[in-house]
Amino acid sequence: MTAKTPLLKVENAGIRFGGLKAVSDVNVELKQGELVGLIGPNGAGKTTFFNLLTGVYVPTEGSISLAGEKLNGQAPYKITKKGISRTFQNIRLFSDLSVLDNVKVAYHSLAKHSILSSILRLPSHFSGEKEMEEKAIEFLKIFKLDGVMHEMAKNLPYGQQRRLEIARALAANPKLLLLDEPAAGMNPQETEELMNLISLIRKRFDLTILLIEHDMLLVMGVCERIYVLDHGQLIAEGTPEQIRNNPKVIEAYLGEEVS
Amino acid sequence: MEQFIQQLVNGVSLGSIYALIALGYTMVYGIVKLINFAHGDVFMVGAFIGFYSITILDLGFFPALLISMAACAIFGVLIERIAYKPLRNATRIAALITAIGVSLFIEYGTIYIRGAQPEAYPTGIVPLKSLEIFGVKISGQSILILAVSIFLMIVLQFIVHKTKIGKAMRAVSHDMDAAKLMGINVNNTISATFAIGSALAGAAGVVFGMYYTKIEPLMGIIPGLKAFVAAVLGGIGIIPGAMAGGLLLGVIEALVSAAGGSLWRDAVAFIVLILILIFRPAGLLGKNVREKV
Amino acid sequence: MNIFTKAKGFWGTISLVVIFSVVTQFLINGGTLNSFYVNALFSIGINIILAASLHLIIGITGQFSIGHAGFLAVGAYISAIVTMKLGLPFPVAIVAAGVAAALAGLVIGIPTLRLRGDYLAIATLGFGEIVRIVFLNIDYVGGASGMTVTHLTTWPWLIACVVITILVIVNFTNSTHGRACISIRENEIAADAMGINTTLYKVMAFVIGAFFAGVAGALHAHNFYIIQPTNFGFLKSFDILILVVIGGLGSMSGSVIAAISLTIISTFLSNYPEVRMVIYSLVLIVMMLFRPQGLMGTKEISSFLKMGKSAKGGVQHDGKNTVA
Repeated sequence: MTAKTPLLKVENAGIRFGGLKAVSDVNVELKQGELVGLIGPNGAGKTTFFNLLTGVYVPTEGSISLAGEKLNGQAPYKITKKGISRTFQNIRLFSDLSVLDNVKVAYHSLAKHSILSSILRLPSHFSGEKEMEEKAIEFLKIFKLDGVMHEMAKNLPYGQQRRLEIARALAANPKLLLLDEPAAGMNPQETEELMNLISLIRKRFDLTILLIEHDMLLVMGVCERIYVLDHGQLIAEGTPEQIRNNPKVIEAYLGEEVS
Repeated sequence: MEQFIQQLVNGVSLGSIYALIALGYTMVYGIVKLINFAHGDVFMVGAFIGFYSITILDLGFFPALLISMAACAIFGVLIERIAYKPLRNATRIAALITAIGVSLFIEYGTIYIRGAQPEAYPTGIVPLKSLEIFGVKISGQSILILAVSIFLMIVLQFIVHKTKIGKAMRAVSHDMDAAKLMGINVNNTISATFAIGSALAGAAGVVFGMYYTKIEPLMGIIPGLKAFVAAVLGGIGIIPGAMAGGLLLGVIEALVSAAGGSLWRDAVAFIVLILILIFRPAGLLGKNVREKV
Repeated sequence: MNIFTKAKGFWGTISLVVIFSVVTQFLINGGTLNSFYVNALFSIGINIILAASLHLIIGITGQFSIGHAGFLAVGAYISAIVTMKLGLPFPVAIVAAGVAAALAGLVIGIPTLRLRGDYLAIATLGFGEIVRIVFLNIDYVGGASGMTVTHLTTWPWLIACVVITILVIVNFTNSTHGRACISIRENEIAADAMGINTTLYKVMAFVIGAFFAGVAGALHAHNFYIIQPTNFGFLKSFDILILVVIGGLGSMSGSVIAAISLTIISTFLSNYPEVRMVIYSLVLIVMMLFRPQGLMGTKEISSFLKMGKSAKGGVQHDGKNTVA
């Protein structure tokens, strides 16, 4: 991948469910290291777009490529291994597993010890498990979750659960991180902590981030570029300044042009 | 050719019974997303109540049918209120396990009370002549089954589409919370659904007893499972689907049996089930509903 | 979590098991344990294997499979064919039974991958029935009258199989692979998104679970002198399901405890099968209404033992509250 090749290239992607075009004709390009926002009114198709990127849905038209490699139709777990990870709009933690185990699950695809070695308790099992444990704990320290590492995920307060979801997504070692409304339900202080966290992980892990959000302060505050989706189609793209003043965007949100 | 038509007739009779039972499964699944494992046992209870009405209370076929339907309706509502209602917000698996428990309880409770021995419906309760069409003898009983089944299905369609309670049932099936907000008494609607479904199963029981004569406490298990397959075949939650699925399954089973595979007839339903679940899980008349990610 | 304390606990348990086995063998040889108790013991052992194997599929991986008797049947019949028709030794029969059942697990696991919850349950029930009907129709194995089988199950074989079953499943569970399965149970979509090959692990759970059910089938067949298709219907599947549910979906200790206690109860009630089923079904209903997590929920015995030892008081969180 040269410096010119975008990390993520989505060309004319779309999906239809029966007669309904949930997403159509979407063109997105993300360069390595960018922090880009995806906004739009409710039901615009933003999460559906994420589902297309992660392989939950197979696009019925167009193509999706990561670092030049086409991803269409591959199984979600393979796409994750290729380097896309995500969080969910409605938190999807492994409730009955501990915080530490939640993160360990994300490391699973990097584990080298086989099922047989675990069953027979061969040395490779013990060294593999030890490595996973150490990496997971280090990881939790970055997210300041090491203090609660043995708590059940379901027992964490909401803000920590959201943080855990991000930590877990990162443990999968992605090149591209998709965050689906990470600030939902947060108060202004928590949102600011989240903004700092996003900047921090972006630098530390050399990440490219695509962010769905409704909180405009957050979006305008951290995103370098913004895509706007409405009724499954892209209606605008640009810097926060440009988007803020774009009449089509204002119309989509408010229903009519505000003069 | 005659053989073929004869088998077709058998299949349709059998299929009508499956359809009546399948309607209860599909209505309940449509409204509370529960596979009511105990439904086949309501069918069994209906058969026995019909039997006792005829032999002990000395009633005719139609009064026995009505009593059985009424009793089963009440029985179904009781089961729902005691065992299923408390679990309405629990996991689907907990509800399914409870349903299995209720089913086992009804079966073995019946055996405990009256023993496991079968009973035989008296023959000739309804004096009927057979018809001859194109050289095929169609027994009066087959016609009666078909007539009763069709009548009940028409009544059901009327209830579902032309009455207030039917409208409420459809509303709750679509969206329970919205229906609640619209002022619909969801609990009563669900009870009504169970009542109607159970009444139909009870009718199926009496009809079964009259057609096949032999009834016993574990008789509901296999027909119950097959009726569930029929409901899935037609599209779970869709009422015309249950009717179509039931008839189709009955015909397929009769034809397989006629083709010489009578020991395999029970397997037919399960093979159909596996095929449908793999290739067209929404059923013949159903639409696909995706899980929201 | 010192690796030495874990190892000590492990070897300690193994020594206890060995002592128990040797003592029991003496009691059997000396005739102190008459055939009634021996039969009960053997039934307990077989049920422990069945409960543990189903626990892996339902409790750990969340795949609601209620046709487990089908795997038991495959194991029973294949092992019977190996000894009675092919004249091969018992150990071959046990392995063949396990492998055959594992293949059945593959056959059942793959098509049902897309199914969830209720639908998966019915599909597995259907498969179990198809297996039973297939054996019903094969004259080579006696059709409806079944097959007589020589009594070859002895205490050493039984206890060895029980120990191996539990060991394999526990080792699998307490590893990244077990965690992968649990993540599927907890939230399959998230597991997919985190890079877990959910297809592989769901099928793996079926295959391993089926394997041990097959082993149980071999032990069963060579213990009860005769096997018939009627022994392996959905009522048998429900029997096994009840063990896992009452023990607690997700707890190996729960499954084992339930298997032991419920087998003992049903041995005493063996003359009153309807009473047994009425009681079981009532327990099932009451349990789902008031304590759906069963006896142990997803906890294991080890967490209770650790709680007792806490000097600080209160519940000790030391990562032993989950199975992985």
